[in-house]
Amino acid sequence: MSWIDIGHIDDVPLRGARLVKTRLGCIAIFRTAEAELFAASNACPHKGGPLSEGIVHGQSVTCPLHNWVFDLNTGEAQGADEGRITTYPVRLEDGRILLDARAITERSAA
Amino acid sequence: MKQKLVVIGAGMASGRVLEHLTETAPDAFDITLFNAEPRGNYNRIMLSPVLSGEKTYEDIVTHDGGWYAQRGIACRFGEHVVKIDREMKVVEGENGHVPYDKLLIATGSAPFIIPVPGKDLPGVITYRDLDDTNAMIDAAAKGGNAVVIGGGLLGLEAAAGLAERGMTVTVVHLMGHLMERQLDEAAGYLLRKDLELRGITVRTQASTKAILGEGRAEAVLLESGETLPADLVVMAVGIRPETRLATDAGLDVARGIEVNAQMQSSDPDVLAVGECVEFDGHLFGLVAPLYDQAKVAANTLLGQPDAFVVKELATKLKVTGCDLFSAGDFAEGEGREDIVFRDPARGVYKRLVIEDDRLIGAVMYGDTADGSWFFGLIKDGTDIDEMRDTLIFGPAYQGGDTADPLSAVAALPPEAEICGCNGVCKGTIVEAIAAGATDLAAVRASTKASASCGTCTGLVEQVLQVTLGDEFQMPAAQPICGCTDLTHEDVRRLIKAQELKSQAAVWQELGWKTPNGCHVCRPAINYYLLADWPLEYQDDPQSRFVNERKHANIQKDGTFSVVPRMWGGITNPAELRAIADAAEKYDVPTVKVTGGQRIDLLGVKGEDLPAIWADLNRAGLVSGHAYSKGLRTVKTCVGTDHCRFGTQDSTGLGIKLEKILWGSWTPHKLKLAVSGCPRNCAEATCKDIGVVCVDSGYQIGIGGAAGMDVKETELLCQVPTEDEAIEVVMAVTQAYREGGKYLDRLYKWLAKVGMDWVRANVVDDLENRRALAERFELSQSIYRKDPWAEHVRDKAPSYAPIADFTLEAAE
Repeated sequence: MSWIDIGHIDDVPLRGARLVKTRLGCIAIFRTAEAELFAASNACPHKGGPLSEGIVHGQSVTCPLHNWVFDLNTGEAQGADEGRITTYPVRLEDGRILLDARAITERSAA
Repeated sequence: MKQKLVVIGAGMASGRVLEHLTETAPDAFDITLFNAEPRGNYNRIMLSPVLSGEKTYEDIVTHDGGWYAQRGIACRFGEHVVKIDREMKVVEGENGHVPYDKLLIATGSAPFIIPVPGKDLPGVITYRDLDDTNAMIDAAAKGGNAVVIGGGLLGLEAAAGLAERGMTVTVVHLMGHLMERQLDEAAGYLLRKDLELRGITVRTQASTKAILGEGRAEAVLLESGETLPADLVVMAVGIRPETRLATDAGLDVARGIEVNAQMQSSDPDVLAVGECVEFDGHLFGLVAPLYDQAKVAANTLLGQPDAFVVKELATKLKVTGCDLFSAGDFAEGEGREDIVFRDPARGVYKRLVIEDDRLIGAVMYGDTADGSWFFGLIKDGTDIDEMRDTLIFGPAYQGGDTADPLSAVAALPPEAEICGCNGVCKGTIVEAIAAGATDLAAVRASTKASASCGTCTGLVEQVLQVTLGDEFQMPAAQPICGCTDLTHEDVRRLIKAQELKSQAAVWQELGWKTPNGCHVCRPAINYYLLADWPLEYQDDPQSRFVNERKHANIQKDGTFSVVPRMWGGITNPAELRAIADAAEKYDVPTVKVTGGQRIDLLGVKGEDLPAIWADLNRAGLVSGHAYSKGLRTVKTCVGTDHCRFGTQDSTGLGIKLEKILWGSWTPHKLKLAVSGCPRNCAEATCKDIGVVCVDSGYQIGIGGAAGMDVKETELLCQVPTEDEAIEVVMAVTQAYREGGKYLDRLYKWLAKVGMDWVRANVVDDLENRRALAERFELSQSIYRKDPWAEHVRDKAPSYAPIADFTLEAAE
């Protein structure tokens, strides 16, 4: 697996997210705790809501458009809603955020 | 012939090496021991009890002069080593050379000094060795103020010790919570609370700018501009391996002296142990791995095969009187789940982190009795699937009751105020129940608790249940969300009664079931905290819906709409030109006039927001808060300025009200209007607060709405002067802010408290009216400002992607 340095963890607000733009669509980088990150597709499967703008709680995010909640570990929608978002490997090393290069170059359609 | 061994540094690691060597092979080496401190080895872990006065230096000495003499070790204490000459195999001390066959470096670590002006002033000390400890004891004898920089273990030990010795102590910590490496937020909050109870002031997210003083330290200046008086400044921000000798000697040094599993440096005749080494990327600070290293180093010196391995470690910490435990990995990694247990009554917090049916991390505060059992599970990788339901209760617990949702109320002290309207505390209610008031109506009759606005009804019922047990039948109330069993009203009252001033405080003291709430409760808690503690609590953007975080309205395609404020609906050609220019410059697809008498620019891209705001700001336009659970607009008609029917200056009053109220947060959106005569062209009678001007003064109505429900305002009062009208509007807004449930429009709050209560408190009781208006004004001293200007200035980069790979070459 090859990793791409996309920025410093302090660039992502605690319990917030930032966006990575790729030619295949946007990836959201979520910071759920001081040193805990997740990466997933930015688009909600319901109506395409921007998940990076949602409220981050526990290890989940709530879509800002219609309150679908996704578990960032699995990408599965929670509760009564059905759907999932693609998640990507992301690592933290010495404060730097490393994203799996395949997330940027060869993503399958979510 | 005996080999010559030179040891540099008499700390806990090298002390253990010497023990092993002299026990197993007392005649193998001629040993010389250098130590920069003028003394031998003592137990550094016990410096805290020395500082606090529980122990003396004599109690913590591990190797005294006699010990070294018996073993024939030549001690050169108080002598610094100047140089290691590896070619000649000689160590150069200040007082002469010592040749070696084998060399052991155990220089430990040095305190990190933050490079701020004033760091070298007398009165600024670090906390590392006995001399530092004695310096603190001497300083404390004079009393006064101490500032400890650094809220990690060492810093807090120093703070606790100095407080114990009678100093007024403030801890300044850069991060958001104490001991952030070992503890999560909730445990950090409890620790802070314990320290504060002992009179220690804690300042988090505080960065030191300089240490001030003439000739000696007198104060610490923070980045915020605040100055903390300080007769003593303790720097305890961290340590780094002491590697200068090794670096000068040309050994491989990364962060520490690099060693192999035999504890040999890049020169096989030079070994190193302790905090100065780096092995396989790891540094070491706890005593257990140091002792492991010491055993391996002794064996290597004696030619015995041995290898050092890094083990999983638990930290059981004791910050004088606070029980903490942390083990494993509780902060990182994917695919993890949390089990959280909180007992507010006992100040207990436990969090287990589980991955693939195995426990991988644990944080505990208050009750750490089960720590070693959890640590065993982590170390052994035990499959915990079977005992998952009862895991958090520890080894002794199998099945049983779930946590008591009433524990928050049970934990309240008797003097905690339950009913704010009538000033009734818990003790009074408990007494009334004991005297025979066994239901809500009886408690109301005998104490007046919950007899006024009624928002504390849920709490009174809980006190009934806690006191009476099963004899009291609890009416079902709707909790805020799945994170808690408490209702909005309960939480609001408890935030006041227990003076909870942070989200972490609410989660812990009220027994939240999730680590940090959810999208339903977090915005509500954030609102309650900022409404109740405008000066102490800092608004949390991450607990706000995107619109309020980005100060624009998100649209269905992810773009935003931007609405500049038009005070009272009045604008001018310059503002209109600026809006038109912005619309063209940022390709705004739709420009629409809103119902609130302003102009909406729809379809602005998220990353363009700071730029369009900067342009609009330049023309004097500020945010219209068209997105907020707060004041939206004050709609007006033209009034006496132009209208032949106008009775008062309705436009002027509208502008005044908008300038007073703008930026304020309320439980739901708040719309106002001022009409110049009863023809009501500003539609004031379907607003949350509507003023209708008449010849004799101002009629103020409240509780209107034109949304999912259409409501006409009810008349609150009529006042003769504009000043009074303004004060009543401020007071009623504040009453709604203080009592309303999050996401209840004003008319819903009005239905709960009743018009009589509002009229009595906001209109008739002049003193209370003024007090409400003053509290509103106090809050507005923080919130009456343009968020756009602030975001343009400080936050613009966060609106752009963190990384953009769309511009890279395609192949």
